[in-house]
Amino acid sequence: MTATKMVGQALKRREDPRLITGQGNFIDDIKLTGMLHCVVLRSPYAHATIVSIDTSKAAAHPGVAAVFTGKDMLDINPLPCAWAAGGVTNNVNTPRALAVDTVHFVGEPIAVVVADDRFIARDAADLVEVEYVPLPVVVDAKKATQAGAPQLHENAPNNIVMEWVCGNKAKAEAAFASAEVSVKEEIINQRLLPTPMETRGSIARYEQSTGEFTLWCTTQAPHVERLLLTAFVFGIPETKLRVIAPNVGGGFGQKIFCYNDMAFTMWIARKIGRPVKFVEDRSENYKYSTHGRDHITEAELCGTKDGMITGLRVDTFANLGGYLSTIAPGIPTTLYGRIMTGVYKIPNAYVSVRGVYTNTAMVDAYRGAGRPEASYVIERMVDRFAVELGMDPAEVRRKNFLQPSDFPYDNGLGLLPYDSGNYEPALDKALANAGYADFRKQQAEARKQGKYLGIGLSSYVEICGVAPSAWIGLPGEGFGAGLFESANVRVHLTGKVVVTTGSLPHGQGIETTFAQIVADELGIPYDDVVIEHSDTAGTPFGYGTYGSRSLAVGGTALYKSVAKVREKAKKLAAHLLEANPDDIVFEDGKAFVKGSPDQAKSFADIALQASVAYNLPEGMEPFLDETTYYDPPNCTFPFGTHIAIVEIDPNTGNVELKRYIGVDDCGNQINPLVVQGQLHGGIAQGVAQALYEHAVYDDNGQLVSGTLMDYAVPTAAMLPTYELDHTVTPSPVNPMGVKGAGEAGTIGSAQAVMNAVIDALSPFGVKHMQMPATSERVWKAIHNK
Amino acid sequence: MTAISVKVNGRTYKNEVESRTLLVHYLREQLNLTGTHIGCDTSQCGSCVVLINGQSVKSCTTLAVQCDGADITTIEGLSKDGKLHPLQEGFWECHGLQCGYCTPGMIMAAVDLLQQNPNPTDDEVRHGLEGNLCRCTGYHNIVRAVQYAAAKMREA
Repeated sequence: MTATKMVGQALKRREDPRLITGQGNFIDDIKLTGMLHCVVLRSPYAHATIVSIDTSKAAAHPGVAAVFTGKDMLDINPLPCAWAAGGVTNNVNTPRALAVDTVHFVGEPIAVVVADDRFIARDAADLVEVEYVPLPVVVDAKKATQAGAPQLHENAPNNIVMEWVCGNKAKAEAAFASAEVSVKEEIINQRLLPTPMETRGSIARYEQSTGEFTLWCTTQAPHVERLLLTAFVFGIPETKLRVIAPNVGGGFGQKIFCYNDMAFTMWIARKIGRPVKFVEDRSENYKYSTHGRDHITEAELCGTKDGMITGLRVDTFANLGGYLSTIAPGIPTTLYGRIMTGVYKIPNAYVSVRGVYTNTAMVDAYRGAGRPEASYVIERMVDRFAVELGMDPAEVRRKNFLQPSDFPYDNGLGLLPYDSGNYEPALDKALANAGYADFRKQQAEARKQGKYLGIGLSSYVEICGVAPSAWIGLPGEGFGAGLFESANVRVHLTGKVVVTTGSLPHGQGIETTFAQIVADELGIPYDDVVIEHSDTAGTPFGYGTYGSRSLAVGGTALYKSVAKVREKAKKLAAHLLEANPDDIVFEDGKAFVKGSPDQAKSFADIALQASVAYNLPEGMEPFLDETTYYDPPNCTFPFGTHIAIVEIDPNTGNVELKRYIGVDDCGNQINPLVVQGQLHGGIAQGVAQALYEHAVYDDNGQLVSGTLMDYAVPTAAMLPTYELDHTVTPSPVNPMGVKGAGEAGTIGSAQAVMNAVIDALSPFGVKHMQMPATSERVWKAIHNK
Repeated sequence: MTAISVKVNGRTYKNEVESRTLLVHYLREQLNLTGTHIGCDTSQCGSCVVLINGQSVKSCTTLAVQCDGADITTIEGLSKDGKLHPLQEGFWECHGLQCGYCTPGMIMAAVDLLQQNPNPTDDEVRHGLEGNLCRCTGYHNIVRAVQYAAAKMREA
């Protein structure tokens, strides 16, 4: 009799009880004995020379322990940039913990006040006197590269970080020269504020006697922070720092990176011998923590009159902000250019990207990271091409799709081959679920009544489980590390299993899904498995949770460790049953000789024998304890089709998102409830980009959308119910056939909504529009303003 | 400093507070009730919602001194005798949370919503929770969670 499989079940999460009762332990919930509080004084100027800083009044304020400036911290190095764009020169400039001579964007830290509580520190920060000489400002990436633009860094002429290309320029040019039809648009992927509901923060403690630091911080990658802060910033052995991520209130990429407050809290804790805490408020999070997207792109697509795409040319200015954040240059290159042809067989494609410094906050990975920008470009251009030809956008997509027989598929842009895909069934299911066949009739009827309905499609493919270290690493793609993941599986005397993993959840439900995998593979109760994470002292090295990689890479490391445990358990069972190990089968948590299930050894029996070690086979080490460092042979490539249906009020320009239909294929699903949750949230962020959100700097470099009052994170009333469905095309890359689902929703959604908006506006001659499709922008398009 | 006396989750506290201290800081820093969160500085996000005399209020827009004599319920005081409130149960059952940061405020706002409207439409749930932001769930499962609780509370 087979026990119920846990994998595939929509199990409710074991993370939840603490979070729904107020027992979560987030960074600002932590109090240490003797702990002091830091408040940061920030630059009000986007570009300025610092002439002098007078901290004397602040330091004398009652309750203030100390005030520090950038000059105090010159004994630590600037924060590192760990991913320079591959194969090209990168003009690297990274921030220090606190600015020293020059500030390059509003919100750059100038001084830190340390006091008994944050309110005293805030009062005292107002007493710090700084004299600045303002310098000219540029916030637009294209303008920053033009002659006469203000120059941010000496080593970056024309503010260029790097110029990077992929594909075949000559072939693309030839395709355009001989094309029957071509279309061209400027496509702006506006700057976004990631907005995890919990802001970022750090708490540092220093042990004088041992020289050891402990850093609690809001991070998606504790092992990476440890590596970067010790080896690069402080120049101390890795063994001198333990990094712990407490409960993390959302990340979306923003919490991957090595930030200045990690460094200055450590530095201050060592200097004054007391633990210190720093937690951003929301406006600080908006001004200083990383932003996302911000591309200005010129895209051209060409093809035949009957709808075959023959060429694609994309030229992008990627705004990277005032300095480079931890992995900034890798996002608009490897994770953008190399997936530009999307789900289509486009023989002649060429992408060029310029990374640019501007007087704005640093831009780095935000949910999807490069892939939403690429998917937006290709899916807008395919729609634009369909409109030009007067063809059905669904049919143009179908006509150009890669076919199942094309996999593994090399897209010619320097990416690893797409692992597997079957794009038409997802498209067909989405079309059927949306009622596509009848929609045009409804649309025509509605137009007669002055109602403007639109439908928009997006067929996406993305890159998940980003890993193969030999591909992503320095010699090729420029990533200054590897991207394997790890898991240790330890079986205690009673048969209870403890997993430690370098992956860690901040909403993804890893404690639940990883336990589901272990329970099945060892045939033991789900409740007997505990997943531990987020502490460098207790987990094997891992690169962290981002890029939809925790299941495909971290989960596979776990799967392999469990398999090793099972093999060892089989050998021990064979010894205990006096049988040949090859004859032992391991099923439902029991080991027995094939055909004789009555004479079985339970998993708990075997665990006990392995732990007491009275009677082990010759040469066998005690204990069931196995670790795997898994470096996959390829990334995974989830895909799907999303459809948005909108109605536009021509009098106000208001866009109502009436329906949202998604069919996603993330390979095999471990927990469908969690997969759907990931997709819902991902779609919400893409819809938000299409309709609402825009991080706006004015010409002086002031962040106009600097609070949640000004930046339009959507509420429940601004988003629809999501109608989701799926197909399953297992990945051949890993044994569980999984691909990843954390970012797919965001990657697939913005262009579905924009294509729908533009479709609705087609009677007004609108063929293209930039995001977000606000009422004002839509109204102007309708009224030709 | 001003002396206040407040009842929080059934227990009476007497403390000295600064006149500028916000209720949320009083709860978190002085009473160590850290289940109530702070997600913004402009009263948009709703992570800090608590019940004051039964009504949902953003505790970041309320001064502690204004609560002298008030009866306050925070997320820590919502379950009774070890039994989850139907809303807590609904959020768990329906995957109404991911990172869990907005959850306490979202649940406390929903308590008041269902007090006022025990049988809401989905649209009324969405509008009723407009003062609370969630970045993880896209709200779909939050609406399901509130409806789960509404149904359960109507049966009770």
